[in-house]
Amino acid sequence: MTLLAVESLSKAFGGNRAIDGLSLSVRQGAVHSIIGPNGAGKTTLFNLVTGIYTPEHGRILLDGADTTGLAPYRMAGLGLSRTFQNLQVFFNMTALENVMVGMHLHCDRRFLPSMLRLPRVVRRDAEIAAEAAELLHFVGLADYVGADSDAMPYGALKRLEIARALATKPRLLLLDEPAAGLNPSETGEIDDLIRKIAGTGVTVVLVEHDMRLVMGVSEHILVLDRGTLLAEGTGEEIRHNPDVVAAYLGEEGRYL
Amino acid sequence: MFTEFLQFLLSGVTVGATYALVGVGFSIIYNASQVINFAQGEFVMLGGMMAWFLFERAGLPMPAAVPLAIAGTVLVGLALEKFAIEPARNASIVTLIIITIGASIFLRGGAQLVWGRDFHALPALSGDAPIDLSGVAVNPQSLWVMGCTVVVVILLHWFFSRTMTGRAMRAVAFNMLAAQLAGVNNRLILMFSFGLSAALGALAGVLIAPITLTYPDVGIMLGLKGFCAAILGGLGYPYGAIVGGLIVGISEAMTAGYVSSAYKDAVAFVIILMTLFFMPNGLFGRRGIERV
Amino acid sequence: MNRFMRLATPRYGGMLGLAAIIAVLPAFLPNSFYFDVVILVGLNAIVCIGLNLLVGYAGQISLGHAGFFGLGAYASAILTGNYGWPPVLALLAGAAGTGLLAFAVARPIMKLRGHYLAMGTLGLGIIISIVLTQEVDLTGGPDGMPVSGFSVLGWEPSGVLVWYWIVGGLLLLTVWLALNIVESPVGRALRAVHGSEAAAQTMGVDVVHYKVLVFVVSAVLASIAGSVFVHYIGFVTPSEAGFVHSIELITMVVLGGLASIYGAVVGAAILTTLPQLLTALHDYEMLGFGAIMMGVMIFMPKGLVPTVARLIRDRVR
Repeated sequence: MTLLAVESLSKAFGGNRAIDGLSLSVRQGAVHSIIGPNGAGKTTLFNLVTGIYTPEHGRILLDGADTTGLAPYRMAGLGLSRTFQNLQVFFNMTALENVMVGMHLHCDRRFLPSMLRLPRVVRRDAEIAAEAAELLHFVGLADYVGADSDAMPYGALKRLEIARALATKPRLLLLDEPAAGLNPSETGEIDDLIRKIAGTGVTVVLVEHDMRLVMGVSEHILVLDRGTLLAEGTGEEIRHNPDVVAAYLGEEGRYL
Repeated sequence: MFTEFLQFLLSGVTVGATYALVGVGFSIIYNASQVINFAQGEFVMLGGMMAWFLFERAGLPMPAAVPLAIAGTVLVGLALEKFAIEPARNASIVTLIIITIGASIFLRGGAQLVWGRDFHALPALSGDAPIDLSGVAVNPQSLWVMGCTVVVVILLHWFFSRTMTGRAMRAVAFNMLAAQLAGVNNRLILMFSFGLSAALGALAGVLIAPITLTYPDVGIMLGLKGFCAAILGGLGYPYGAIVGGLIVGISEAMTAGYVSSAYKDAVAFVIILMTLFFMPNGLFGRRGIERV
Repeated sequence: MNRFMRLATPRYGGMLGLAAIIAVLPAFLPNSFYFDVVILVGLNAIVCIGLNLLVGYAGQISLGHAGFFGLGAYASAILTGNYGWPPVLALLAGAAGTGLLAFAVARPIMKLRGHYLAMGTLGLGIIISIVLTQEVDLTGGPDGMPVSGFSVLGWEPSGVLVWYWIVGGLLLLTVWLALNIVESPVGRALRAVHGSEAAAQTMGVDVVHYKVLVFVVSAVLASIAGSVFVHYIGFVTPSEAGFVHSIELITMVVLGGLASIYGAVVGAAILTTLPQLLTALHDYEMLGFGAIMMGVMIFMPKGLVPTVARLIRDRVR
């Protein structure tokens, strides 16, 4: 069953067509990877799907419903969440609070009861805090629950973003280069974490340059080049696709 | 009817040119440092006050008093950069704003201490007798203001497009890190920007002082309207600030002439709010694309 | 957490400490001049707490908040003086009117960022103060207008001590409400907007909604403080709404510490009392004030309370 579909999507910046009539679909329950050379439009695609950018043409369908042009905060309610290529951690909060923001839609967030600190707001917030702490355990950050996020190492921040994204209780999770800047052993841990997340029934779409990670975890790989879909298929199919090899030659082709 | 309009236009362009000079100062400092210097209006005040002091009290001739006043203000600008901005380079925008506001209070306090709280009149550069141009009375000082502004704009254009320092400043404005990697000395550029802005402000102060009088608080409104000019034109676009300054000055003069002089001072701010509501980056400002 | 531990948290410890200070301070104030200064500290602190929710927590600067203070002040002055409204009703009407105005302009203003937002809020404040200055028939113009005393159901507070308790109580209430907001999902959403708008939206936080909300809340608090202020002083002038006052308010917030409720109180206390102390310097007053402002911000860019709190925390570890 298709969970996410984009249909002839286009987005340009100035004269540069970052996404050019792109159509693709993502099946529910599988780990997908989107790969492609730098500037292929991978992050732009994430920004379009999550509503941060508005496309010039085309449609975005989440579980069959048209979500094109919806504000980003509405997408979270529809079960879509993501992490960011350039860290977008709330550095003015603790790790736990970061994850609690992820549960925003599941909080009692009415203004007056919050301002008056009514018991049910406090009670609900305590439950949220406990859930958030569990999520930090889940991603392997048990040691950082009360830590100020601006005092955490880079690798931990990457996982904090994943925990925060999971806190929205997404059906579809977009991970934008979760292993960028990590050493091989940390990347291995991210690999395990992605499998664990997929195991809970969340559909994962990954943008990543680390081919070992991509080939290891993905059931389906989509290759973007200059804003269009160059190829798709299993890791084996992609590895032997002549177009893909040509597009990657001189860049990441040596890892394929 | 038409002469009246021309008369208003003339006074609008005169004031607008002053705002433009102040606005360009805002833009130049912003480009070098992302700092909005709320003490910009005080440069105007210092220029006028120093010129008055050197001419009236020290008895220097005008051709010596004016350059000395500008040079003195430049020194203050450099000191401001060196002792207040430089040590706080990594502070947040709000903190830097407060520092420059502190500097403006400090400079006003200093001016009061040295020159008193009174209003002072600097004599006009070539007399007060209005020149009659087919019914429009032209104040010779207005011609000085407009003439000097045109010369400054031409010089700035030459400076930014032809000289190494000017090009380096544009490079820093465009991409600070890349400019640094290319060997541009950011600290020197920053010093230079404060000096240049102070000079522009002081020049505006000397030119406008015979028309508006000069006093320690004269810079507050001039500074704010110069800020309006800079924002209106799109922050960081010196040429935009010039257009912005002229728009603000002319609108003020027209409002004062045709509508009500009571709300003259509000015009600049109404224009700026209306512009920002519909064009959040000013008239010529680049639209930033959020990169995440 | 056991009971004693909870006393050490900023919430309970801080509120207890503040309440204790308010309770014992009258014993140390020799005459009504000192009471006067402390009452002004309290009123400024109330405005600054609201302003800090906007600037410190949500990260949206305002250089025009004195405009809202002035609107509350003049609403009370005009409604009680010219129309004979009961002061409480006038205060509420002023707060509601200011809130509505803030709500109306919040959407376009809160779209602005950084220096453009600074300019927009500055312009709004100046326009308000110019209108208050020029509408002479209604406001008395630049000379201002007298304001009748306060009264609730026939009871009229008189004497600085009574006003002291009123303002002290209002301040404690404001601190409590503000801490509640900060520690709730609403407060987290505000801080998230400050931390990263893109991430906040992706987490389901309606960024525009929260910016508008906090702008209105801070405007209403300023308006209420303005109303109380004019009834206490008995007079109002347009300078209450002016640019200089706006700058004083934002300086109090930044000096005390952004994103710190107690910082707002400390900042208000310092900057309200400092000019009184500096009058001893006579002609050097402004010079000294400007120098202190620059010095504190250069050496403690995060403000007093967060800097000191960090020092203490590091010492304890």
